Amino acid sequence: MVTTSKPEYKVIGTRPVRPDGVDKVTGRAQYGADIKQQGALAGRVLRSPHAHANLKKIDASKALALDGVKAVVTARDIVGPDGDLSKLPDPAANILAGTKVLYRGHAVAAVAAINDHVAQEALKLIEVEYEVLPAVLDVREAMRPDAPILHEALRTRAPTGPSEGPSNVVAQTVSAFGDIEAGFAECDVIVEREFSTKMVHQGYIEPQAATAHWNSDDQLTIWTCTQGSFPARESVSQILGHPISKIKVIPTEIGGGFGGKISVYLEPVAALLSRATGKPVSMRMDRTDVFEGTGPTPGTNIRIKLGATKDGKLRAAYGDMAYENGAYPGSAAMYATMVVTAAYQIEHVKFDGFDVVVNKPRTQDYRAPSAPAAAFAMEQLIDEIADQLKIDPLKFRLMNSAAEGSRGPMGMPFKRIGHEECVEAALNSPHYNTPLEGPNRGRGVASGFWFNVGLRSSVNVSVQPDGTVNLNEGNTDIGGTRASLAMQLAETLGITFEDVKATVVDTDSVGVNDVTAGSRVTFASGMAVHEAGKNLIAALKERLAPTWQTTPDEVQFEAGVFKNADGSKTMTFKEAAVATVGRGVGLTVSGSVNAGFLAGGGFAHHIVDVEVDPDTGKTTILRYTAIQDAGTAVHPAYVEGQMQGGAVQGIGWALNEEYYYDDTGRMANSSFLDYRIPTSLDVPMIETIIVEVPNPLHPFGVRGVGEPGIVPPLAAIANAVARATGVRQTQLPMSPRRILETTRGIA
Amino acid sequence: MTGRTYVSARINGEQRDFLVEPRQSLLETLRDELGMTGAKEGCNNGNCGACNVIVNGSLVNACCVLGVECNGAEIVTIEGVADGETLHPLQTSFLENAALQCGICTPGFIVAAKALLDKEPDADEARIRHWLAGNLCRCTGYDKIVRAVLDAADDMRRAPAKA
Repeated sequence: MVTTSKPEYKVIGTRPVRPDGVDKVTGRAQYGADIKQQGALAGRVLRSPHAHANLKKIDASKALALDGVKAVVTARDIVGPDGDLSKLPDPAANILAGTKVLYRGHAVAAVAAINDHVAQEALKLIEVEYEVLPAVLDVREAMRPDAPILHEALRTRAPTGPSEGPSNVVAQTVSAFGDIEAGFAECDVIVEREFSTKMVHQGYIEPQAATAHWNSDDQLTIWTCTQGSFPARESVSQILGHPISKIKVIPTEIGGGFGGKISVYLEPVAALLSRATGKPVSMRMDRTDVFEGTGPTPGTNIRIKLGATKDGKLRAAYGDMAYENGAYPGSAAMYATMVVTAAYQIEHVKFDGFDVVVNKPRTQDYRAPSAPAAAFAMEQLIDEIADQLKIDPLKFRLMNSAAEGSRGPMGMPFKRIGHEECVEAALNSPHYNTPLEGPNRGRGVASGFWFNVGLRSSVNVSVQPDGTVNLNEGNTDIGGTRASLAMQLAETLGITFEDVKATVVDTDSVGVNDVTAGSRVTFASGMAVHEAGKNLIAALKERLAPTWQTTPDEVQFEAGVFKNADGSKTMTFKEAAVATVGRGVGLTVSGSVNAGFLAGGGFAHHIVDVEVDPDTGKTTILRYTAIQDAGTAVHPAYVEGQMQGGAVQGIGWALNEEYYYDDTGRMANSSFLDYRIPTSLDVPMIETIIVEVPNPLHPFGVRGVGEPGIVPPLAAIANAVARATGVRQTQLPMSPRRILETTRGIA
Repeated sequence: MTGRTYVSARINGEQRDFLVEPRQSLLETLRDELGMTGAKEGCNNGNCGACNVIVNGSLVNACCVLGVECNGAEIVTIEGVADGETLHPLQTSFLENAALQCGICTPGFIVAAKALLDKEPDADEARIRHWLAGNLCRCTGYDKIVRAVLDAADDMRRAPAKA
């Protein structure tokens, strides 16, 4: 279902088969672990069994003596023989520890051998001497003055200045508008609760994998399944002190990322092993490596107080939001303080954010990073106030909705946004208008917001002699962006989708591109594609003008057709291309944009029906509807796919998923058997409603759609469970055990 | 562990003879010894289904079978699902239903769905969801995958398989 009117497009809005599709259904597509280089060695990483320890000594002599082992590297190979390991910068120390390990799974050494089995045998022969330290695993405990300190040099950044001594609190940030005390004084209803969520993993099915070849001329080539070949190049350059001009990153197909494949892990290590051996080195993680050694998303503790007047206007909100950064500093809490109230107009707000290091893996982005946990808290309090005021929860959200011109999350007014339209679509949806009947059942709703980012994109477009065009882009295609970019180019040029061939190219072959993340590729690379398309049209006008005895500015281009001033001469794009390139000389143009940091903002709204089994505590999803503003849905099937995928990831986060730690900081469930992501049996069909409120920042009105859809589910399901059981859920996951504990006191 | 064993199997209809170490799984054998990288490693312990292949008519996780166990076996992998350049109805249906995003789980899903529909051409949504519960997908939320399998089953019933 698509709402609101939009311009008539020929290609945008259709559902063609993606250009990379056949390779992906036949097994031909090459992912990270599929890269085979002649003479390649296999590399594996040795990881810390301790959550917190001083790293005293690494002795690899026995490993090096094993037949088939070619090299062992440690952080010593990064800093050099005379370097100071204690001064290793964080990004380098996270991929090979210097003087301290900060989480179980922290890499301490790596080996290259003739095959993967020998490499794994060699890991067991590396002797590491640890001095085990007390670990701190909980975000609030880590904030206490007597907590074990991870980084002696870390001082809290706070509005009042840096802390005097070392602390685990990276930063205290404040997002405040209005007068919070005056705001609460106006309120007739105030609700206040504390919420907590656990660390969860993105759960991409493809483990990290990378191959590196450090050639004898110091040219370093890296094949990797990354969300950003250019940022990966930059990171490897910084970690190894090797110039970017001597690094080429070739992105392979990528088997999911969701934010977890932005950082490098294996790439610089494989490069070191290749430098040491003179051969290409292929590395891949196993699933336990992925859980323990890459970056999940933070666990949180969030306290929010929210107030409204009796006529249903939200007036004041206060919050204290503590986010785990894992082992190294991050900024999730800062973002949380900005997004938490973004869907609503609340005059008086103050949110304190605390970014905190703990002895767990360094956290990374996971789809709308920080926002789902914030919404889990906020959207439940919204529901509680609506209930107390006896106002329908959707109508209450509509009464307080953010809109064009209202204050946005960073203080600047929103441009045209679609939150109201999403909530209205929910109100009018078949789902919301079908009564939910039966015992132990409940319906929940929730809204979600994510900034969406713009950043830098570059593409090259070359015209082929037959009038088709090749589109070379630099962003990994993680869910159909070859298609969505080719469609935007076809629309710009007035040609068919089939006449555009889209290819993802390496870092040597196109201008700089930022990450495939932030819901930015279809938006920002789409702008680059549009730019390139306009440049191509201008170039063809230059070529046509002399043959038509006119000037380029007299040549018009409309609906895919060039024509001269009086319309006596016309040529389609393809005819013009054949005439000037097929029978002339080659033509390549580029399009490069910096689409800015903010990309207009995206909103989603979800409705869910659940049934909670009072005997087992199991929550079953009966029906689910995801609604989202896509601005303009370029390829509606892939927009739906983002919405459905986000919803189901959110269902897993809400009901099952958590990093389950013992007291020593050992993750007890580091496999897909025990860290249970949803299966096809756990979920129903996910109904979708695409709302289209064109984004004024984009030539076709596109908004990124990758992230907002994971923001509402945790809260929507919690709201549904509260209606089904009469008990408010303040902790995730809402596992059967948690439900029994909270509803029946069964521990 | 370096002694290698001679194994002879029919893979996608072709006789293949190869040497494997006793510790090499069928997945490693396919990927590292035979150059068939269509089966993917997602977990290497039987939890994700990305390495699904059909051995002697049964759906298996190739990571949980040893290469040496496959002497004399009949094996179908994702590389053998299409008939030459003609895609299998499941492959066509996955493309038309946009049933893949990143695509890493797709070979496993298609092989698993083929194993189901070969034996149960009338499988309904509930049966398909139950059968595919051994295959993890993190991108799609399963909706379009289940629809793709239902559509393919419909197509196959109308135009029975060539072979």
